[in-house]
Amino acid sequence: MALRQRVFRSHIQTNQQFSISDVVMLLIIITILAIGMEAALSSPEIISGPDIRLNLTALPLYSLLSIGRMFFAYVLSLIFSIVYGYAAAQSKTTERWLLPLLDILQSVPILSFLPVVLLSLTAILPQRIAIELAAIILIFTSQTWNLTFSFYQSMTTLPNELREAAAIFRFSRWLRFRIVELPFAALGLIWNSVMSWAGGWFFLMAAEIFTLGNRDFRLPGLGSYLSTAANKGDTSALIYGILSLVAIIILLDQLVWQPLLAWAERFKVSQVEEEHPTTSWFLNGLRRSGFAYWLREHFFSPLFRRIDQRLNQQPHYIASLETENTAKPSALRYIFLSILMLGIGYGIVQAIDLIASLSPDDWLNIAIGALATFIRVTIAVTIALIWTIPVGVIIGTKPRIAAILQPIVQIVASIPATALFPILLLGLIDLPTGPNIAAILLMLLGTQWYLLFNVIAGASAIPQDLQYTTDIMGLHGWRRWRTLILPALFPYIITGLITSSGGAWNASIVAEYTHFGGQTSKVVGLGAVITESTEVGNYPLLLASTLTMIILVVIINRIVWRRLYRLAEEQYRLDQ
Amino acid sequence: MAQNVLLKIEHVTKIYGRKDRQFTAVKDINLAIHEGEFVALLGPSGCGKSTLLRMITGLIEPTSGTVYYRDKPIKGVNPYATIVFQTFALYPWLTVLENVALALEARGVARSERYRIAERLLDTVGLDGFEKAYPRELSGGMRQKVGFARALAVEPELLCLDEPFSALDVLSAEALRGELMELWIGEQLPIKAILMVSHNIEEAISMADRIVVMGKEPGHIVAEFAVDLPHPRDRKNPRFEQLLDYIYAAIAGRTLPEISEVGTAPGTPGPTRILPNASVNALAGLLEHLRTSGRQDIYKLDDELGLDMGDLIQVIEMAEMLGFATINEGDIELTPLGEAYAEASILTRKELFAQRARRLPMLQWMIQMLKVAPNNELPWKVFLTALLPEFPDEMAERQLDIAINWGRYAELIDYDDDNELIRLDLSNGRFEVESEVQKAR
Repeated sequence: MALRQRVFRSHIQTNQQFSISDVVMLLIIITILAIGMEAALSSPEIISGPDIRLNLTALPLYSLLSIGRMFFAYVLSLIFSIVYGYAAAQSKTTERWLLPLLDILQSVPILSFLPVVLLSLTAILPQRIAIELAAIILIFTSQTWNLTFSFYQSMTTLPNELREAAAIFRFSRWLRFRIVELPFAALGLIWNSVMSWAGGWFFLMAAEIFTLGNRDFRLPGLGSYLSTAANKGDTSALIYGILSLVAIIILLDQLVWQPLLAWAERFKVSQVEEEHPTTSWFLNGLRRSGFAYWLREHFFSPLFRRIDQRLNQQPHYIASLETENTAKPSALRYIFLSILMLGIGYGIVQAIDLIASLSPDDWLNIAIGALATFIRVTIAVTIALIWTIPVGVIIGTKPRIAAILQPIVQIVASIPATALFPILLLGLIDLPTGPNIAAILLMLLGTQWYLLFNVIAGASAIPQDLQYTTDIMGLHGWRRWRTLILPALFPYIITGLITSSGGAWNASIVAEYTHFGGQTSKVVGLGAVITESTEVGNYPLLLASTLTMIILVVIINRIVWRRLYRLAEEQYRLDQ
Repeated sequence: MAQNVLLKIEHVTKIYGRKDRQFTAVKDINLAIHEGEFVALLGPSGCGKSTLLRMITGLIEPTSGTVYYRDKPIKGVNPYATIVFQTFALYPWLTVLENVALALEARGVARSERYRIAERLLDTVGLDGFEKAYPRELSGGMRQKVGFARALAVEPELLCLDEPFSALDVLSAEALRGELMELWIGEQLPIKAILMVSHNIEEAISMADRIVVMGKEPGHIVAEFAVDLPHPRDRKNPRFEQLLDYIYAAIAGRTLPEISEVGTAPGTPGPTRILPNASVNALAGLLEHLRTSGRQDIYKLDDELGLDMGDLIQVIEMAEMLGFATINEGDIELTPLGEAYAEASILTRKELFAQRARRLPMLQWMIQMLKVAPNNELPWKVFLTALLPEFPDEMAERQLDIAINWGRYAELIDYDDDNELIRLDLSNGRFEVESEVQKAR
């Protein structure tokens, strides 16, 4: 089953609850935020957004702009993840600091950074460039962590004998990277790229439609096209916009990701022939086409040969893989550490200074907001659980239904929820509890797919013999669910929930406070506090609420999810 | 042998871990390999023979001691040596031809030249026609031929073989051994010497000129044997069989004094003897087999029982440790107790096993700790922590697992997986006296 490999699994460390490095990393994030706020103070009062045209002829350009942003951010993410993953896998020391940092970074609700990033960048750069850059940074931060973990994991799980062969046959660094490390990591990187792009669309749309009072941060692109269309109630433009978004996503899947995945089959390390390898009609076509062959023979092969020649310096000396460690920490490291400490110290002072000016009322606001958002997240996740478990089990265990439903589910799931948000508002804003429903719906839309895919993967992984045994014992209905299905799904559900709840917190920032067609759609919540405080320029409140959200999410991750995840790993794994 | 010394190892020791948690893989090894020699390193698993091979090639740096190559101490990876790996270590995303040519590319051979050499070598090992195939399309034997072709491509002086035949089926392994010997004896290779790590004694005797036997805890050299039989070697030759017996005796049989035989309890001075990783079922199988066959050569057992020689040694060690069998000059024989066990019913077997097992220092120590613990139970972690100074990480865990398994079967201790608690098994009166004392309190 194709979907079985598509487990959306973020890397989770299961060792300790909190460590020194976690605290240091949190402090670094506070520092960055505080310094960002400092810069944000001088952000211009009024920022005018672009005029978004709604005629059909504008759509191709907007689509290209959106894809361009995604592509640029993706290339950055890829480079970053390879460098960072490589560094983290280099030694025990780098691992001890870089991994916890990554762990915290990936559980931080990225959108909570958006206001700060936008404001501080517009303060120091020309407006249009600043906003483009902010969008790219936002997409980058949504794409890069899982890629980095994937690459890091590949580097640490590279079979030892492949590494040894590279050393014994005296590969240069470049050859080692090109022949051994990169191919070994390729499959994981490509799978994670698919995930990253899906997540990236969500944040691209959020970045393209972001406005704050007199500051219009919108960017010309598909996201702003959709929001403008919804704002003006132009249904046909809305439909065209959604259709072109879906078309882009499907085209990318068929012309880029599927061919890449099919091509990457060769990088599987397993020494047996796969029974159902991934295939791609496009790749098969390319392989048959004369032009592609010509291009390869006359362009790519010579190019790569040239690169090889340039970079492939024959090594005189290959160091042992396991050396006796006698090196002492260098002075450089102490200098670096003291600069870091100074920076953190400055940031903390700034942060305390800002936060100290808050009144008890503000704190009460934050607390009530946090509680409200928590309840909203819980409702969204619960609804997602209620419908995805039965549907996922049906799709996962009945191949015939799966064959029909899977492609549909994949396409529907690929539409970024943020693109639909303006449409949701269009229908709901006038209802009495409309904004509340819209907020919960956006959280739900953004997060239910992770759960669904994980449930499908879990259900299709239930061994046939266990199913037979359950049948023979005559367990039906609820008892069957309790003894077989739910325990078998447990690890998958937990994995899905971790990503889902993180996503839901994230979504609260765009979901709880929006301008729409001249009205403000606003509910009580932490996300609303963050967005509103940005709008009115209340930086102490912005810092406090952003920090509250980050710390809340990290704590919930550590205390609830990690514990459940460990339980799932130890007790309910079927493939032991 | 008067030829030049190619490689010399002096007082080489490798210690893993830091300060308080050290594990010595090999200790104070001295060895020389001469030009024209085929040396085999033999030993049970965990004796550090692979570690030694990796230090010889420079993949691993010794903690102390020096490896000399042509009288010069080696730094980094030895450029004159190559390895043929047990698991082939071919890059699955490259074709057979590319895999071989790659070794030459790394050495800076021009493009056309390296493909010519690679093709010639694939011819030599009999793989012409498979140049464009990917490793996964080939059988194990053919993959290893690629491994050999790749190793030969760089014209090494010292060819190191790391159990190159042990991942192959019996027939392919035999064929490949023959082909290698043909090339080596016919002096068709530029190689000066071969060093092979193996755990298959017959294989070593049939190929090597000299066999170095290693022992474990920590890895050290036990004995050396020169093999002076002409090639091709006849396994029926009495001298061949005699060598087999000697070497088995050197590996499996121990002539150590009684006390160190069972080792000491963890935490007390002296080495804790490692419990062999064997199951009670395997033990019963071995004893039953010996009851029908009587005294027997150990080397014949692995074929008869269909066991890997490494696993076999572990079961034999278990039988010996528990006093069910004795080992003498490569032969194994049941003790009267072993006879009794093999003939007994399930429950009596359990009883016999329990009697012997509770005398093992490891179990004795666990029982002692549990007796004084509240409710006669202790967390699994407590035992693990106590074992950690004695063994490296995974080994400590495995040792504890083995002890729990044996103890559970003997109904001496009980393990509660949900709460990770180890408990004294009081259900069958094995600890009557103590449990009444507990109640009285």
